[in-house]
Parts: sequence; C-alpha cells; structure tokens
Amino acid sequence: MNETRDTRSSREPEVWGVLAEISSVDALHGTCEGLRDAGYTQFDAHTPYPVHGLERAMGLKRSLVPLAVLILGLGGAAAGMLLQWWVSAEAYPLVISGKPLFSWPAFVPIMFECGVLGGAAGAFFGFLALARLPRHHHPLFESERFERVSDDAFFVSVAAEDPRWDRDETTRLLRDLGAREIEIIEA
Amino acid sequence: MATAPTTLDSDQARLPEKGVWKLLPTVGMVTGVVFLLVAGFLAQGGPERFFHSYLVSWVFFLSLALGGLFFVLLQHLTRAGWSVVVRRVAEDVAGTLPFLALLFVPLIPGIHSLYHWSHEEAVAEDPLLAHKAPWLDEGRFLAAAVLCLGLWSLLAWWYRRESRRQDESGEIEITERLQRWSALAMIVYGVTQSVAAFDWLMSLDAHWYSTIYGVYFFSGSTVGILALLIGLALILERQGALRGLVTFEHYHDLGKLLFGFVVFWAYIAFSQFMLIWYAAIPEETLWYARRWEQGWRPYSIALAVIHFGIPFFFLLFRDVKRRRATLALSAIWLLVAHYLDVYWLVMPALLESPGFHLQDLLTFVGVGALFVGVLARLLRRHPVVPLGDPRLAESLAFENV
Repeated sequence: MNETRDTRSSREPEVWGVLAEISSVDALHGTCEGLRDAGYTQFDAHTPYPVHGLERAMGLKRSLVPLAVLILGLGGAAAGMLLQWWVSAEAYPLVISGKPLFSWPAFVPIMFECGVLGGAAGAFFGFLALARLPRHHHPLFESERFERVSDDAFFVSVAAEDPRWDRDETTRLLRDLGAREIEIIEA
Repeated sequence: MATAPTTLDSDQARLPEKGVWKLLPTVGMVTGVVFLLVAGFLAQGGPERFFHSYLVSWVFFLSLALGGLFFVLLQHLTRAGWSVVVRRVAEDVAGTLPFLALLFVPLIPGIHSLYHWSHEEAVAEDPLLAHKAPWLDEGRFLAAAVLCLGLWSLLAWWYRRESRRQDESGEIEITERLQRWSALAMIVYGVTQSVAAFDWLMSLDAHWYSTIYGVYFFSGSTVGILALLIGLALILERQGALRGLVTFEHYHDLGKLLFGFVVFWAYIAFSQFMLIWYAAIPEETLWYARRWEQGWRPYSIALAVIHFGIPFFFLLFRDVKRRRATLALSAIWLLVAHYLDVYWLVMPALLESPGFHLQDLLTFVGVGALFVGVLARLLRRHPVVPLGDPRLAESLAFENV
C-alpha cells in the first residue's frame, strides 16, 4: 500500500477512518472477529450480498427495530380503538343497528389496521433512524476502490470516532488480520 | 460461522433400532384397539355421547395428518429449501391418512346420532332442512367422505413414496414432478378439506351455515401440524435422529409459521364471528348464541385466550422460538388449544354446557394410540430426512438473515 498521497495543505487533513479490502468471506469473518476482540465498536463490514453470521463476528447487539415495531404497533392499535370509542360513544353518540354505543367488536378491524400501520411505521422509521438514514453522502464514497463493494469485493471500515482508534495501531491491526489493501479515508 | 454437514451418517437420519420406538407400533395398536373396544362397548349405554366424543378425537388427529399433507404440498409448491430436513416427518404424519380414513367407518352407524338432518321425519317438518336436502343426504355424505378421504390418502401416499424413492436414486426429476403436481394437489386439498369440514362438523347444526367454516378448520389444523412438527423434531432429536440436522434456524422458522397461523386462526375466527354478530340474523347467530349464552360462555372466552391471546404474546419473542424448553411448551400448549377448538366445534351440538365424560378420554386415547402407533411405524421404517432431496444441503446450511 502507498499512502504518500500528498497533503498539500500544511495542516493534517481530518481523517474519517480507514478502509480495508478483504479478500474472502472467511477473511472477512476473521477480520471482524479480530476487531471485535480488540475492543473496536465503530466499525462496519461492507459486502455485495448478505453474509450470514457477520453480526456475530462483529459483536453487534440485537437490533432495536423490533422494539420500535412493538411499541408503535401496540400504540397504533390503542390509538385506533380510542379514536373509535371517542367518535362513537363520546363526541357523536349514534345508535347503529340497535347495538351499544361502544360496540368494540365492530372496531376491531380498524384497531387491527392501525396496529399494522403503527408497526410498519415503526419498522420503516425505526430502521432509518437507527441506520442514520437518509444521508446524501458518505466519506467512504470518496474511495474509488470502494465502488467495487456492490460488485465483487469485501471491505471493512473502521471509523476514527472509535475510542480505540489510533491511526498507526489500527492500520497495523488490519494488516495483521490479513487485509489486502488499506486506505485512509479523509472526512 | 456455523459449518453445516455436507454428508450425513445414517445414525443421524434414522431412529434407533431398539428401545421405545420398536415397541411403539405394537403398543399403540394394542392400546388403541382396547380403548376403542371399551368405548364401543360402553357406547351401548349412550351412543350419542360416544359418537360425539369419537368425532372430536378422530377429527383432532385427522386434522393433524391433513395439516401434514398441507405442509408437504406447500413446501413443494413454494420450492422451499429451508424445510427439507423436517419435510419427511410431515410426510410421515400425512402418511397416517390412509389409516385414519379407515377410522371413519365407526362413524357410519353414528350418522343418526350425530346429524339431525339424517332423520327423514325431521326434514319433513322443517322447511329449511328440506331446502338443504339435496346436499344433506346420507348417500351424498358418504360419497363425499369416500372421495375426500380417498384423495387425501392417495396424495399423502404418493408424495411420501416418491420422496422415499428419491432417497436412493437422488433423481431431480422426482422433485420436479412433485412440484409440478403440487399446485393441482393444493387446489384439491383446499376444496376437499372445506367440503369435509362442512359435512362432518358444520352440519352438526344443520340450520346454520358459514362459508368461511372450511378456512377456519384449515387454520386450526395448520396450527396443529406446526406444533406437532416442532414437538416431533424435539423428540426425534432427543432420540438421536435429526440431531445436528435440525438447528435453531429451522425451529425459528417453524416457530414463525406457528405464530403466523395462530394469528391467522384468530383472524378467521373473528371474521366469522364479527359478520354474524353485526348482521344479527337469527338463523346465523344461533350457532354463536349456543356458545355464548349458555354454559359454554366461559369455555368460549377461555378458547380465545388460550388459542390466541397467550400464545400471541408468548411467540412474539425471538428467543422463545429459539430455545428448546419454550418451543416444547408452545407445541404442547397449542396442541391442547387445538383439541379444545375441535371440542368447541362439536360438543355444543350435544351439550348445554361443557362437561367431561369418560368417552372423551377413551376415544382420545384410542384414536391417539393408533395414530402414534402408525406414525412410529412410518418414522422407523425409513430415514427421517429425505436423503436424496436436491435441496438437502441448502436446508442443512440454512440460516435466518
């Protein structure tokens, strides 16, 4: 690797992190496990297709999306029922086909749909929020090599915001773990 | 990364030669015959209760076998890879269908005890029954039963036989043929199981009708088979077969399907109820009135809670679907719930309020022991995994995303 890319400014440019190209899926698992065991948390794996077991190798915690779905789903269902109770029994009481004002069985379909809507919203927006999306750009896109991530290459990136980050140390660790190419990414 | 086995040693795919599995077929047969003979002997004191109890027990086990047939057809129809390791068990459960078809015979002398519409004098003074007479006819009833049971037996037998043939040859053509026929077979299954549910269960209250009844029966039977498959896989694993083949990834998916069908059952049950409740037409509400306004009310509420409320919130959790203890609990719980459901469909036709009778136990153990005996025989005879299936390796390596 050569990192003699000249920094014309006198000041050291701000560094986003480091990008390492990995040669195979097995090596990718090894690299992620190595980073995980070394105590890194702010790193990510980039692959052209889903790779099973990476979340374990990376030491990722369980996603919070299901929790968002549960809360918004139950909340949506409760809100749906509450709305119908208020409309039919409080705000504008109207006897329909001789049934009680609060005829809950008739309200179940709408309660169910509101629950589904809430759950879907929880999944969609919960995922966006946790993935910090939408965003228009990412420093990794500056790397030409990284374009192959959607084609035939595997990468691991470590962000400088990681508490364990040390430019030389992290680069050495990645090389020891078998990274093929290593590139410093500017912020 | 989990490494999946690419070749199986025969111990993993076969039940042990000795031990309880060797005895089960004989013990099951003897127990079943003895219990049913005792029940039949006692039936002379009260044929009505015997036939209703027998109908509950027989339909319960039949619905599991039918669910097995549905599961097998569904896997072929969707060209599923993940489920190959548990498909043989479902094939064997469905394989009991020809035998369960024979157990329809004891119901024939009970037609008059079970079905009000079979009494000519009742039809004569009842315009509604007279109107339905072309369908509710004994000859037509028996012909439909023979046709339904015959078609199911044929399908179950053929799908199982072809799958076993593939164990040796590994021919991909067999999978292709089974897939090609699965669409037609699924249509046949859907229509016949609906007709059967109309005839055997819905016509217990011949004045009443519900077009969704067949779907309701289907939803319950699918909950039953998924619970049974999870239970059987856990048992077989303990016995050494399937060990290391069925992983938590497979259990997780079976658990997800089970959760889905628990919700589906509630969805269908509620759809049927809500339309009838909302329209409040007497000839439609009588079926629910029977189950709501007399002694059956607590039972009906309990059924909703046991069959839907509790399992919904229990199976919601990922960990529940990935641990043996919680899976075993879910499987047993939902099999009990399914039995309570079948009981709830049949018994209010006879009883004002739910009550245990010795015949319930005798017929359940009788039919159940025969079912277990035949199933054990089928499971023992061949590998419990379809060894020649082209998607076996895919199934062994299966992981949830």
